[in-house]
Amino acid sequence: MFAESALNVRNKRVQNLFRILFLMMTVLLIIPVVIILATLIAKGGSIISIDFLFTDPTNGMTAGGIFPALLGTVWIVAVALLASVPLGVAAAIYLNEYAGDNWFTRIIQLAIINLAGVPSIVHALFGVGAFVIFFGFGTSILAASLTLAIMTLPVVIVSTRESLRAVPQAFREACWNMGATRWQTIRRVVLPNAVSGILTGVILEVSRTTGETAPIMFTGAAFFLPFLPQGVFDQTMALSLHLFVVATQVPGVPDNLAFGVALVLIAMVLLMNSISIAFRMYLRGKKKW
Amino acid sequence: MSAINPLNRSMTTDFDSRNMDWYIDKFVQFIVFVAGISAIIFIIGIFIFITMEGFGFLLEDFSFREFFLSPFWEPSDEDAPEYGILALVAGTASVTGLAMVVAIPFSLGAAIFIGEFASGKLREYLKVLVELLAAIPSVVWGFIGLSIMNPLIIDLFDVPVGLNVLNAGIILGLMAAPIMTSIAEDALKAVPDRYREAAEALGATRWQVIFKTVLPAAKNGLLGAVLLGVGRGFGETMAVLMATGHAVNIPGSLFDPVRALTATIAAELGETAVGSPHYQALFTIGIFLFIITFIINLTADLIVRGIRKG
Repeated sequence: MFAESALNVRNKRVQNLFRILFLMMTVLLIIPVVIILATLIAKGGSIISIDFLFTDPTNGMTAGGIFPALLGTVWIVAVALLASVPLGVAAAIYLNEYAGDNWFTRIIQLAIINLAGVPSIVHALFGVGAFVIFFGFGTSILAASLTLAIMTLPVVIVSTRESLRAVPQAFREACWNMGATRWQTIRRVVLPNAVSGILTGVILEVSRTTGETAPIMFTGAAFFLPFLPQGVFDQTMALSLHLFVVATQVPGVPDNLAFGVALVLIAMVLLMNSISIAFRMYLRGKKKW
Repeated sequence: MSAINPLNRSMTTDFDSRNMDWYIDKFVQFIVFVAGISAIIFIIGIFIFITMEGFGFLLEDFSFREFFLSPFWEPSDEDAPEYGILALVAGTASVTGLAMVVAIPFSLGAAIFIGEFASGKLREYLKVLVELLAAIPSVVWGFIGLSIMNPLIIDLFDVPVGLNVLNAGIILGLMAAPIMTSIAEDALKAVPDRYREAAEALGATRWQVIFKTVLPAAKNGLLGAVLLGVGRGFGETMAVLMATGHAVNIPGSLFDPVRALTATIAAELGETAVGSPHYQALFTIGIFLFIITFIINLTADLIVRGIRKG
């Protein structure tokens, strides 16, 4: 063996130094969030109970539970999914199965990227201009959900396209050779093989939609409502907006209530993201081709 | 995209395949095409609708000079309302700027660690963690700024109020960092392994490989990541609404409260009458935000794609 030269030793030392430096940066990125989560749990954990989740707010929102907000979020997310999943999946089918590699496809991709980059408050303005006023939906679940659906459309398109792309081309060619049309091939071969991948994207979208606040503030979510929504043309409370309201708009809200609302919201979002990630990993491990 | 077109069989003259399946296929093709171009329609739709709502202001009360150069945003002044967004732009810029100072070193450092140093399970775990961090909703970040950072800043720096540029900048930096990390890591991953192998074959150590080979090769992708972070900072609403202090002000120090463009819309839209000059002015800010973020995203995309082609 060669003896290690001084240069080698120095190089190794520098390398280790950099390794540790970058590790520190990664850790420093994560530590504040861990502290924040711990604080949320420490200050808001005590109020979380079945009662908190399933009772109405009382005393001008300074006491009681969060049920109307929770239910409203479910409404908004469900209606948004009904609109964006079919549209997003169809768009992804077009991009992956029909579109050629040309300037037109490129423009569509740019539009998708830009749609994802438009500030959420601009989406809110669009929702007000288009759905609330122009289409006459008023401030309603429908207007809020459609606004969110358009905003989160890129999430569905990108993840669906990703899972369509993972279906091997040979599957399609085999099907075409049997005399199947393009649509028959997509419906019977491509989509069944991609459906679980699409699902992970949908879960991700649910998580995004749950946390968004600005787009629903003026399109359908209300600060406080004494009744539950009966249909898509009603207004509703929503969990994300409820956090904003109890944190900034209502005086005298006890600390643990606001922290509790934040904790429920962040727990829902992180839980759904974790499910989506775990599901994705499980699929990757299971892949047969 | 396919080499074999299944519809070619209808080329044979004596074999007309236009049965029910053929029509269904054409119909579906039309439907998915419409869905495919929906993103373009929505982008154009967004621009048209916010312009429609803000149009009256642009025609009547709008003065280029006042709008962009006046630091006074006093839309509810009865006698002489002023619509200057200079202070709001300064607010957004100062917060975004500080956020980038926080986020750029950490996100690039983390991306380098995850992409070049970490391996196997550790890399997987870190990537999942970064993805989860990116998922925390902005209203929760705003709440953190309000209820955790605010007292912390008051204690640490002995200032009366902790809602200021510093607070919002740190919050926004923490928010943007995970997204920038994953885009930067993608950029590092896009550098072909043969570059690294060639450098290692010449006797370079790992950090030499990173600094002399990988980073220069990934330069454009990393720049794209930073630009997208800036775009995100510019467009962020709830967190800056809750953590900046929301005072129209050109900041002189980190401890001054400011107000952002996005936050102004969020705070005032609910109080204005539909169609009033104030309401239309808010939509005009929306048009401005739309154009700025459009340019930022487009530039980022062109920079990133530029290198992929080469």
